[in-house]
Amino acid sequence: MITKRIIPCLDVRDGRVVKGTNFQGLRDVSSPVELGKFYSDNGADELVFYDITASAEGRRLFTDILTQVASTIFIPLTVGGGINTVEDFDRVLKCGADKVSVNSGAIRDPNLVRDAARLYGDQCVVLSADVKRVNGEFRVFAKGGREDTGMEAISWIKRCVANGAGEVVLNSIDTDGVKQGFDLEMLEAVSNAVEVPVIASGGAGCKGDFITLFKTLPKVDAGLAASIFHFGQVQIPDLKQTLRDNNILVRL
Amino acid sequence: MVGIIDYGVGNLFSLRSSFGAIGEEAFVSGGPEQLAAADRLVLPGVGAFGDAANKLHQSGLDRFVREQAAAGKPLLGICLGMQLLFEKSFEYGEHEGLGLLKGRVIPMEGRLPAGLKIPHMGWNRLEVRSGRLLQAMDGKYVYFVHSYFADGCDDSLAAVTEYGVPITAAVERGNVFGCQFHPEKSGSVGLSILRAFCSM
Repeated sequence: MITKRIIPCLDVRDGRVVKGTNFQGLRDVSSPVELGKFYSDNGADELVFYDITASAEGRRLFTDILTQVASTIFIPLTVGGGINTVEDFDRVLKCGADKVSVNSGAIRDPNLVRDAARLYGDQCVVLSADVKRVNGEFRVFAKGGREDTGMEAISWIKRCVANGAGEVVLNSIDTDGVKQGFDLEMLEAVSNAVEVPVIASGGAGCKGDFITLFKTLPKVDAGLAASIFHFGQVQIPDLKQTLRDNNILVRL
Repeated sequence: MVGIIDYGVGNLFSLRSSFGAIGEEAFVSGGPEQLAAADRLVLPGVGAFGDAANKLHQSGLDRFVREQAAAGKPLLGICLGMQLLFEKSFEYGEHEGLGLLKGRVIPMEGRLPAGLKIPHMGWNRLEVRSGRLLQAMDGKYVYFVHSYFADGCDDSLAAVTEYGVPITAAVERGNVFGCQFHPEKSGSVGLSILRAFCSM
């Protein structure tokens, strides 16, 4: 049976990983290539590289880095950030990405998910949704969580899946950075609404949060986090052993 | 030297890099003359069966692959490339494959217990049944992404994986090998499998 996946997310700006890291034995903790390899060798089931560069030059740098990462890491690689057109899909896929994650680009252009899925297959298109509670409903936010689109999230996610998104990363703005656990209520609503894999993001603070996630919501397929892995608060091999001890199926 | 067959389907970047990582020279080509010089061949593939089969046929590479396999050259089909080794597929209609292995490719839809998502995507465990390629791989996890699977292939079945029902994970018959999973995305286990192929 398919295992639950543990996915570290690396934010990259101007070719460097942002957010401090305190890994031992790494020469350069801000090198996306070295950090990616570290995770790949230490139990990560998949990697997400997110380009948060604003400039065209930074984007070119990211593309170079991505090529290096993809040629040294042999686990699935998802790339997001600045994906607005089918050409952007093409650009990162040619560098060795396996899946491409769209967020604001899908909000701006309602046809993007459908066009990309037709060209590259549903399994290649990941919808990344930033969602926050507003007046008692789940709302989709754009531009890195800064802008309320006014759209109700569940119906928006369902629409994107119907258009061909093969996977959904649900990032709860309400729990992001709080480190008190994943947003189980929001995740339950989304995983009941779609038949594609759902990846939980936002709120993980300790190993127990992953146990609670997979025990409470068996339909959720993966847990994604950044800083708790980068800061070494949670070591992936240790996390996976603990999950296995709790009868949650993982790859060890 | 490994020849990776390029017939305009899918991204061959990771595949070529993964051979590099195990110290094997590999090149990507769509030309029969160059490919004929390789010691072994890899048939990759993602996307739809019909489209891929057409492209193989239009380029004449279908005949080339059959000839090379018949001459005894080790051939490894990966994912859709494995499915193409069979006689036919029922993905959106009915399509002829290379016919190197007995069997057919059928949809998972309607054949899995309720509640299992399609595609079968993620890390799943190998249950090795026979063959040389996966000898040391029983119980190892490898990475799958597919919605169709090979059926009726008992005489070449090398490994299955459990997804509500046993799903064909690998096949092998003589010098013809196939992996439904992606060895180039299966971490160190996948690289070991590619290394094993290079010793065939």
